[in-house]
Amino acid sequence: MSAAEKLVVRGLHVAVEGQEILRGVDLEIGRGEVHALMGPNGSGKSTLGYAIMGHPSYEVTSGSVELVRADGSRLDILSMEPDERARAGVFLAFQRPMSIPGVRVADFLRHAVTNVRNPGRKEGEELMPMREFRDELKKKMADLSIDPEFARRYVNDGFSGGEMKRAEILQLAMLRPKFAILDETDSGLDADAVRLASESIARIGGHEMGILIITHHEQLLEHNVPLRTHVMLGGRIVESGGPELAAELHKKGYERIRSAYPEAAAAEKAMEDTRTAEPAPA
Amino acid sequence: MTTATAPASAAFDRDALERLISSSALPAWATARRRAAFDAFAKLGLPDRRGENWMRTDLRLFRPKAWGLRTAPAPGDASEGLLAAAIASPGPAADAAGEPIAGPVAEARLGGRFATLDGHVIRDEIDPALERRGVLFGSAERLLAAGAPLEGRWFSVIDSSSDWFAALHGAFHRGSAILYVPPGVRVSEPLSVVAAIGAGGVDTSHVLVVLGDGAEATLLTETSGGGDATHPAGGFHCGGTEIVVGRNAFLRTVNLQNWNTGVWHFARQKAVVHEGGRLQWTLGALGSRLSHVAQDVALVGRHADAQVNGVMFTEGRQQLVYNTLQHHESPACKSDLLYKGAMQDRSRLVWRGMIKVDKAAQKTDGYQRNDNLMLSNEARADSIPGLEIEADDVRCTHGATSGRVDTEQLFYAQARGLSADEAARLVVAGFFQQVFDRITIPPVREALARAIGSRIRRVS
Repeated sequence: MSAAEKLVVRGLHVAVEGQEILRGVDLEIGRGEVHALMGPNGSGKSTLGYAIMGHPSYEVTSGSVELVRADGSRLDILSMEPDERARAGVFLAFQRPMSIPGVRVADFLRHAVTNVRNPGRKEGEELMPMREFRDELKKKMADLSIDPEFARRYVNDGFSGGEMKRAEILQLAMLRPKFAILDETDSGLDADAVRLASESIARIGGHEMGILIITHHEQLLEHNVPLRTHVMLGGRIVESGGPELAAELHKKGYERIRSAYPEAAAAEKAMEDTRTAEPAPA
Repeated sequence: MTTATAPASAAFDRDALERLISSSALPAWATARRRAAFDAFAKLGLPDRRGENWMRTDLRLFRPKAWGLRTAPAPGDASEGLLAAAIASPGPAADAAGEPIAGPVAEARLGGRFATLDGHVIRDEIDPALERRGVLFGSAERLLAAGAPLEGRWFSVIDSSSDWFAALHGAFHRGSAILYVPPGVRVSEPLSVVAAIGAGGVDTSHVLVVLGDGAEATLLTETSGGGDATHPAGGFHCGGTEIVVGRNAFLRTVNLQNWNTGVWHFARQKAVVHEGGRLQWTLGALGSRLSHVAQDVALVGRHADAQVNGVMFTEGRQQLVYNTLQHHESPACKSDLLYKGAMQDRSRLVWRGMIKVDKAAQKTDGYQRNDNLMLSNEARADSIPGLEIEADDVRCTHGATSGRVDTEQLFYAQARGLSADEAARLVVAGFFQQVFDRITIPPVREALARAIGSRIRRVS
C-alpha cells in the first residue's frame, strides 16, 4: 500500500478574499483508497476541493499539495494551472456544476477526455477520434443508465439537480482520474439515485482511484466504504477514524466534536459571524 | 506585409463617372439611374454625425478624396472566400454527439460562382443545368446587357439618394452580381458571390436578388482582402444589396463581411418579402476597420416571414455599426431578429434596431434581440432597440443582454482539462450556438464557428 501513488496535502492554509478558511489541513490519500470528509456547513470542505483544483479565488497562503509517485518523486500541484492539474489526474466533482450554454456535453467531454489522456496536447491538435469517443461515451452512459439524448444537451444547461450530479459522475467515468474529490455528489438526489451513484462510483473507482467523498450522509458510502473518515471543523481536520465515525456523525451530529475541539469550534463561530456580517461572496 | 501599391485610381468625380459609363455594357436605362445617383451625390456631403443613423459612427479619419475606382485589379491572388471554400470542401459528417453536420448532398457543391477583385470580374460561372431552368446568375453587366428582365428591380429597392455613401454606390457601382430565379424554380445548390480587394483596394459592388413566386434559392455573399490595420492604405467598400422575395418564395442568404482590418465598409441592404414569402437572412461580420450597415426588411404581403440573424466578432480597434429595420407593412407577418456579438480588445459594436408596424399591419408578430459578450474590459457594446407601432393588435417584443465571460465557467472547463484559451473559445462558441442553430446551412455555420474560434485570444 505504501508504494502506491499518493495525493498528499500538508499544512494547507487557504484564504478567500483575505479571510482564512483553511487553517492547516493535512491529508494523505493513496490510489485505491476511499476517504470520507465530513463536517458542518462552512467548515471548509468545499474550499479544500477548490484549492486542490486551483480555483483562482482560493489563495493558498501556505502549505503544499503534491502527487507523490511510487518511486518517491513529487509533483507540485499548487504550481500548476487547473487544466494541468486535471491532466495530472486530479478531478473535482462540483457541488454546483457550472452550465455552459451552447456547448454540448459530448463536445465538452471530447475535449476534456482528449486532453486528460494526452496531457501534452496543445489546443488545435487532433481530438480523440470521433467514432472511438462516441462508442465509449455511449457505453458509459448506458452503464450509468443515462439517456443517450443527454450527450446532445448543453453542459448543465437547464439540468435538474439530479441530472447535474449524474453528469458529474459521467465525467468521472470518462476521465478516469487518479484522484477524485466528490463534493456532495449525493446532494439533490433521492434515495434510489444516491444508491445508484454509490454503486457507480465504486465501479468507476475500482482499485485504481483515490477518492475523497465529501458528504453529510452515509448512503453514498454504502458501496464506497471509507478507509478513513475525516471530520473538518473550523478549517482543520480535527479527528479521523474508521467507518464507525461516519455513522456516529450521521446519527448524532457534531456536538461531541465541537465540545472536544473548542479552539476549532471557536474558529467556526468566528467565520460564521464574519459571513453573516458581510454579504457572502457570490 | 503587402508592399504592392494598388493600381492608380481616379477620384469619384464626373470624369470617373463618364469613363465608367463609356467602358460599361449596361443598358441605357441603367446608365440613366447612375447619372441620377451622381446628381444626388454631387450635392451631398459626408453624413452629419448629428443624425441618428450616423451619430455612433466615427468618420473623422475617413478621407473621401483618397478613394476612387481601380482601373485594374491589384496584382496577387484573390481569396477563394471563406463560405465558398466551406461548401467546396465539406467538413466531417457528424459532430461528437452523433448529429449529422453536413447538409443534404446538394449543399456540398455550389451552383454558381461569381468573384471580383477591385471591382473587376475574375470569375463568372453558373451550372448549365440551372441556366437551362431559367436561372440567371453572375455578372450584372453581362446579364442586364443581354436583356435580363430586371429593369423594374435594379436600384429600385434601396434609395440611392439617402446619403453620400448610398449615392456614391448608386453612381459608381461596378463588379455587381445578379441572381434571378424564375417562378416555381427551386435551386438547392448554394450560389456564391465573392468581392475581394487588394491592399488599398476599392469595391463598389451591388447585388440584386429576385426570386419569382414559389422560387427557392440559397445565396452566399462575402468579402475578403484589403489592407490590415497596420497598412496605411486599408481599403474602401461602398456597396448595396437588394432582395426581392416573391410570393411563397424562400430565400436563404448569408452575407459575410470578412475584410482585413484596415477596410472602411459602408453597406445599404434591403429585402422586400411578398405574401407568404420567407427570408432567412444572416449577416456575419469579422472584419473591417469601421462598418456602417443598414439592414432593412420590408414585409409587404400577408404572412411574409423574415428571420434575421447577426453574427459579429470584433477585435483590435474595430468599430461596427448596424442599423436594422423590420418594417411590417402588411397584416399577419412575422419577423424575428437575433444579433449576437462578441468583442475583444478595444473594439466596439453598435446595434440600433427598429420594428416599425404600419397601421394596416394587424396581427404582426415581431421580435428583436441583441446579445453581446465582452471578452475584455475595454470592449464596448451598445444595444438600442426600438418599436414604432401604429396597429393595435400586434405582438412585438425586444430584448438585449450584455455580459462578460464568466470566470466560474472557465474554471469549470479548466478543471476538466481544457486550457484557459480552449475554455474561452468553447464558452464563446457556446454563446453563438443559438444563432448558429438558426443558420440552416451546416457548412456555413461550421465555417463561421471556426473563423470566430481562431480569432479568440485569452479572455481578460
